[in-house]
Amino acid sequence: MYPELGQFALILALLLAVLLSIVPLAGSITGRESLQLFARPLAAGFFVFTALAFAILTHAFMVDDFSVAYVANNSNSMLPWYFKFSAVWGGHEGSLLLWILMLAGWTLAVSVFSRHLPTVMTSQVLSVLGMVSVGFLLFIVLTSNPFDRLLPNVPADGADLNPLLQDFGLIIHPPLLYMGYVGFSVAFAFAIAALINGRLDAAWARWSRPWTTVAWAFLSLGIALGSWWAYYELGWGGWWFWDPVENASLLPWLSGTALMHSLAVTEKRGVFKSWTVLLAIVTFSLSLLGTFLVRSGVLTSVHAFASDPERGVFLLGLLGITIISSLALYALRAPVVHSRSRYGSYSREIFLMLNNVMLVAATLLVLVGTLYPLVLDFLDLGRLSIGEPFFNLTFSPLAIAAGLLLGAGIFSRWKKTDGGWIGRKLLWPLAVSILAATAIMVIYGGFEPWAFAGCFTAVWITAATLTDIWDKSASKKGRWQGMRRLSRSYYGMVLGHLGVAITMLGASVVSNYGIEREIRMVPGDSVTMAGYQFNFLGMTQRQGANFTANVGNFEVFRDGRAVSTIRPEKREYQVRRDMMTEAGIDASLSRDLFVAVGEQLSSNAWAIRIQYKPLIRCLWLGALFMACGGFLAISDRRYRVRSKLAAKVAAQEEAAGGKSAPTEALS
Amino acid sequence: MAMHPLRKKRLTIVLFLLAGVAVAVGLTTYALRQNINLFYDPTQIASGEVPLDVRIRAGGMVEDGSVKRDPESLRVQFNVTDFNSSFPVEYVGILPDLFAEGQGIVAMGRIRQDGFFVADQVLAKHDENYMSPEVNEALERAKAANKSAMTDSVTDSLPGQQPVGAY
Repeated sequence: MYPELGQFALILALLLAVLLSIVPLAGSITGRESLQLFARPLAAGFFVFTALAFAILTHAFMVDDFSVAYVANNSNSMLPWYFKFSAVWGGHEGSLLLWILMLAGWTLAVSVFSRHLPTVMTSQVLSVLGMVSVGFLLFIVLTSNPFDRLLPNVPADGADLNPLLQDFGLIIHPPLLYMGYVGFSVAFAFAIAALINGRLDAAWARWSRPWTTVAWAFLSLGIALGSWWAYYELGWGGWWFWDPVENASLLPWLSGTALMHSLAVTEKRGVFKSWTVLLAIVTFSLSLLGTFLVRSGVLTSVHAFASDPERGVFLLGLLGITIISSLALYALRAPVVHSRSRYGSYSREIFLMLNNVMLVAATLLVLVGTLYPLVLDFLDLGRLSIGEPFFNLTFSPLAIAAGLLLGAGIFSRWKKTDGGWIGRKLLWPLAVSILAATAIMVIYGGFEPWAFAGCFTAVWITAATLTDIWDKSASKKGRWQGMRRLSRSYYGMVLGHLGVAITMLGASVVSNYGIEREIRMVPGDSVTMAGYQFNFLGMTQRQGANFTANVGNFEVFRDGRAVSTIRPEKREYQVRRDMMTEAGIDASLSRDLFVAVGEQLSSNAWAIRIQYKPLIRCLWLGALFMACGGFLAISDRRYRVRSKLAAKVAAQEEAAGGKSAPTEALS
Repeated sequence: MAMHPLRKKRLTIVLFLLAGVAVAVGLTTYALRQNINLFYDPTQIASGEVPLDVRIRAGGMVEDGSVKRDPESLRVQFNVTDFNSSFPVEYVGILPDLFAEGQGIVAMGRIRQDGFFVADQVLAKHDENYMSPEVNEALERAKAANKSAMTDSVTDSLPGQQPVGAY
């Protein structure tokens, strides 16, 4: 009974989304405000019915309703309740429903938080979001219905959730990632609405900035969580594999980062408008591409669980329609007038443009590396793969160049900056970075060119950022008052940049100074690595909720003192009879000690993987900094103050124009 | 002739962009050439059409009863087959959780002089129902080759002489 209601709710949501994509837009084009006013109620209705469908699916998981095929395939009565909950998005259909729920949530958020925007703008933005929703709702209703029943042969129990996904990281990783992916649809909708009504100006940039920043912050968290999960759950101790699925999430992140920066230029200086619009379109298209890559099963990858050509074709069609129609609109409507603003060679505009060049180049590299094998395969030109070395070799220099630019760009001013002045400003960061990078080489024992470059860049960014705070916080009322005077969006930027530096430092150190060994051990064996002595005491058994585990017992000593006890597990899940490696990790800010159990070699001998990972926590700490920076930036007063101002202006305009005049603000 | 400052600036920007694009394209093609790993199936490897000491990807099913472990180290040897021909693999290290006889795997490595495929990485998929498309294709191809060989009544032709799908 409930599942049918769920499906009905989905269909209603689809109908409302169809109305949402047509009615307000038609109203805005014909200038009828009565139609535009439908946007908010329709958005709310769309959200309510999507949420209802999601709640019903969740309910089916909670009460173990195995007559629903999706539940039967992805859950089991033995699962603890929280994994039953996260199993809702553990498979294709459910994760798609989560995607749509996020989209509905973002749509609702836009309708709630955009009351100060002109009605025309809001209704068009919501209509565009409605169109995107229609595409995905059609996809789920036609090809991936999560409420399909298995009647009359209801299985006695479910096939269980993939053990890899039975983990805390997987409870929150997809929702965060999707918040990011889907969040870029708002930036996209603003861009399309701006193209439709020809209103590409500073106000448009200001409106879409916070949305872009929030989506970017969520995506940063989502990617970091995914990397962290892969690190402790896959049992290899790697944190980034340049796997196509990882690349799929990195692509919109890279272009989204470029978008954030170019939106800043468009808002502050009114230039780069067409470029910004294009980036907004590209970023969302890359989000869609990511969804396509992960959800269509075209990849040879650990993530490609589902593989169904019909779905792939549908998604590809959706991607094609989005890209072609938005680019066509772009070609027709993008402003061709040259902006009159002038800026000098060392101005902030130039630095941000170079930042965009770097980020777009990085995006293209990753895109080529990801799609090239797929395209060749599609054309029957052979099967090949592009390995990690390709990405490391090409991505690292770009990241370092972007970081060096960042350090210099921090000191630049809008319009015109004296190049010599920037050069003098950079002397201190230069000295500090050389010293610090050399010190790191000495501490970890050995000069590695990439590690040096990475550490140098990380310290360079940090030193430049801190110098800038120092300069900007100078105040007659004292340093503290000066610091308080700086805006939240400034501190947001500072956190974001420090986050980049921290992640870079972690990545450089751990990839160059990490130690990995795979050895055969019997109880009583010990191995020493980076000054740590690992003693293998033996294996014991443990019974979990739905698995049995062999637990390895390792004591770690350093200079004769006990550091910690590490207990990695080899689990066998009872329902699927899957073997899973649960790594044992002793984590700290300066290093991780990582132990994983491999196969049993004889009655008491085991294959053991032991790793020493210096500064690996910095990778994710940096991402946390970036995300916090994003959230801090959008809480800035200026978005609220200006929005009040805008509301006042709009109210005056309305009062002056009277009721008959459409509130359309064509420029 | 002195250049207009605005034009000069534009020219600088364009040159910058061109230089950036050139460097990117150069790096990409260089890196691509170094790091492309072609996929070969068991039939191709058994026929000896794979160059020695070039890093490749290979895949197929782990032959039943072929896994041999060295009791004193992490060295392991096994055969990978497409049920038509097979090749021996040697690997030192920890095998993935889902590695088992009768499972599909993909390995990265090089062919050694003695015909062994020395793997430096072995991947088994993390879902027992999921088979790498590469392996799947290799198996299909082998099956097709087998059939055509039978109709030609070449009953004990050498594996290497069987037709291989277009590559």
